[in-house]
Amino acid sequence: MSHSVELAGIGMTFGTTRAVSDVSFKVQAEEFFSILGPSGCGKTTILRMIAGFIEPTEGRVLIGERDMKGLGPNQRPTAMIFQSLALFPLMSVRDNIAFGLEARGVSRAERHRKADDLLRLIALEGYGDRMPGELSGGQRQRVAIARALAVEPGVLLLDEPLSALDLKLRQHMRAELRALQKRTGVTFIYITHDQSEALAMSDRVAVMSAGLLQQVATPRELYDNPATPFVARFVGETNAIAGRIAMVEGGTARIDTDLGPLTGRAGQGATVGAAGTIYVRPEALMPGTGTNALTAQIERVDFEGAFALVHGRFDGGAALAASIPSTRLAEAPVPGSRASFAFAPEHAVVLGDG
Amino acid sequence: MGDLKNRFGGGLSTIFLALVFFWLAGMVLAPNLMMIDYALRPNLPPAALGGPDDTYSLSNILYLANEPTHRAIFLKTIWASGLVAAMTFLVCYPIAFWMAQRATVGQLSIALLLIIIPFFINEVLRTLAWFIILAYRGPLNSALTGMGIIDAPIRWQGDGGVLAAMVYAYILFMLLPIYNAIESLEKAQIEAARDLGASPWRIHTRIVIPHAKAGIATGFVFTFMLAAGSYVAPALLGSPGSRWFTEIIYNWFFEGGDWNRGAAYALVLLVLCLSAVLITLKIARVNLADVAK
Repeated sequence: MSHSVELAGIGMTFGTTRAVSDVSFKVQAEEFFSILGPSGCGKTTILRMIAGFIEPTEGRVLIGERDMKGLGPNQRPTAMIFQSLALFPLMSVRDNIAFGLEARGVSRAERHRKADDLLRLIALEGYGDRMPGELSGGQRQRVAIARALAVEPGVLLLDEPLSALDLKLRQHMRAELRALQKRTGVTFIYITHDQSEALAMSDRVAVMSAGLLQQVATPRELYDNPATPFVARFVGETNAIAGRIAMVEGGTARIDTDLGPLTGRAGQGATVGAAGTIYVRPEALMPGTGTNALTAQIERVDFEGAFALVHGRFDGGAALAASIPSTRLAEAPVPGSRASFAFAPEHAVVLGDG
Repeated sequence: MGDLKNRFGGGLSTIFLALVFFWLAGMVLAPNLMMIDYALRPNLPPAALGGPDDTYSLSNILYLANEPTHRAIFLKTIWASGLVAAMTFLVCYPIAFWMAQRATVGQLSIALLLIIIPFFINEVLRTLAWFIILAYRGPLNSALTGMGIIDAPIRWQGDGGVLAAMVYAYILFMLLPIYNAIESLEKAQIEAARDLGASPWRIHTRIVIPHAKAGIATGFVFTFMLAAGSYVAPALLGSPGSRWFTEIIYNWFFEGGDWNRGAAYALVLLVLCLSAVLITLKIARVNLADVAK
């Protein structure tokens, strides 16, 4: 049984610190939903409010349309996977997985049978008698997931569970988590500060900054149409060139910058006369001239395999980041030279500042 | 050994080793060997020492086994010391858990201060304070009668008084090891157990207590030994019906004038304490090195 989760204007104040302000969004049942933000943005606080470890000072948490006010973590249809995993080190893997069932008074035979089923699901059959300390990082990870799934939660809450793993294993676990979510149909709410993790796994992502919700959208939408300057800068690499918005018409905006007038799609806050910034993704900047031509001083070219990353400074002082596919490496400028770039207006977005 | 010599040079290492040897031989081994020697020999007038009657035997220890009053007091001292340890545990565990997992830094320092301050005062004086509190016409009785909870004063002195004073006297020895053990428990473990639906009782029995096992065993060992070897509390707060084994030993030495029998009794108490330590450690599957920490 999978549940939806709705946050209705929740806020949290610790003493005089405002950790979360007026956050509202709805996670659909069976959705893989991520909350993305830098550390200290309030995302863990939100997760702990959903789990019931803390009560929001304002607003309501609804799980499966039911108000959760006053219900503790053991009374909610959620299960949490902790950043440290918090496996019980003195219990065998099987007892760890069966712990939630033990707490519910399920008979020993029944809970062992269920634990063994789950061990099969996470491909750790026969590991039931081991102790958590005898497993590798990835295996412990899977045991933590099985332990949470054992209580058949409607919502699984994951607090940066992959952050302790090395890169290869992390990428492998991403795929595994995604597959597990599709197979079990449980709603996943996943907390991370790693934007590539959020983009790769999620159906939708909520971006948070300083306790405020910035945008809730699909990964593609976040990348192509950031709603706020924060999202534009935080999600993926970007070139940001500031100026004053000169014209807005039919979904496009022209902005006057130190590098001359540039046009892109008009985004949030793009009104004529306002201070604004145009955001261009590195892969949209191509060597050459044309509309939206820019010149820059090249400082460094990092060859990364599939593409080369060109770093430098635009004439106005803003940082340049352009990625050139390896197939067009011959066109890449050399360090120390001056080079021209251009981008198509539909690949850039103009947002109002502030 | 070679490491010691490399680090401090030959002269200093020799002094270190000599001091350690002197300590072990002179302060630990010799008195105990002397006690064993006394315990196994009969109590003779000086003239008969070294004579034909001065032979080793177990008669002093057998005397304890065959003397019903002393035997009863010995057995009572064992289980009562166990009771003191258990009661101290019941008092200390909630405080230790609160201090280790719930208290803020400010609350923690105040709590520690309040618990440690009484230990600045000598144990005899602290026990004397209980003597005053529990006196027949003392503050506890007058408070209880004043509130109408009891009609007539109660004689607290005896088993109850001894228990109260000992639990109070040994709190620190139980509290600190348990506090240390629980303090190292990751908070997320408790939250995970709660999140999986465990009741507070189950969280403690399945997560916290198993984790704190070494600390709890250490606390039990300390309090049991201190209680079994205690003299002040039973002497001040006991009644004729609540005699402690240490009082019997004292009597053999200073009133009965029979040092040999006193030494035999003390030896039995020592063996008892050692076995209590080893059994507790065995039950808790903790080794001595863990206790020393």
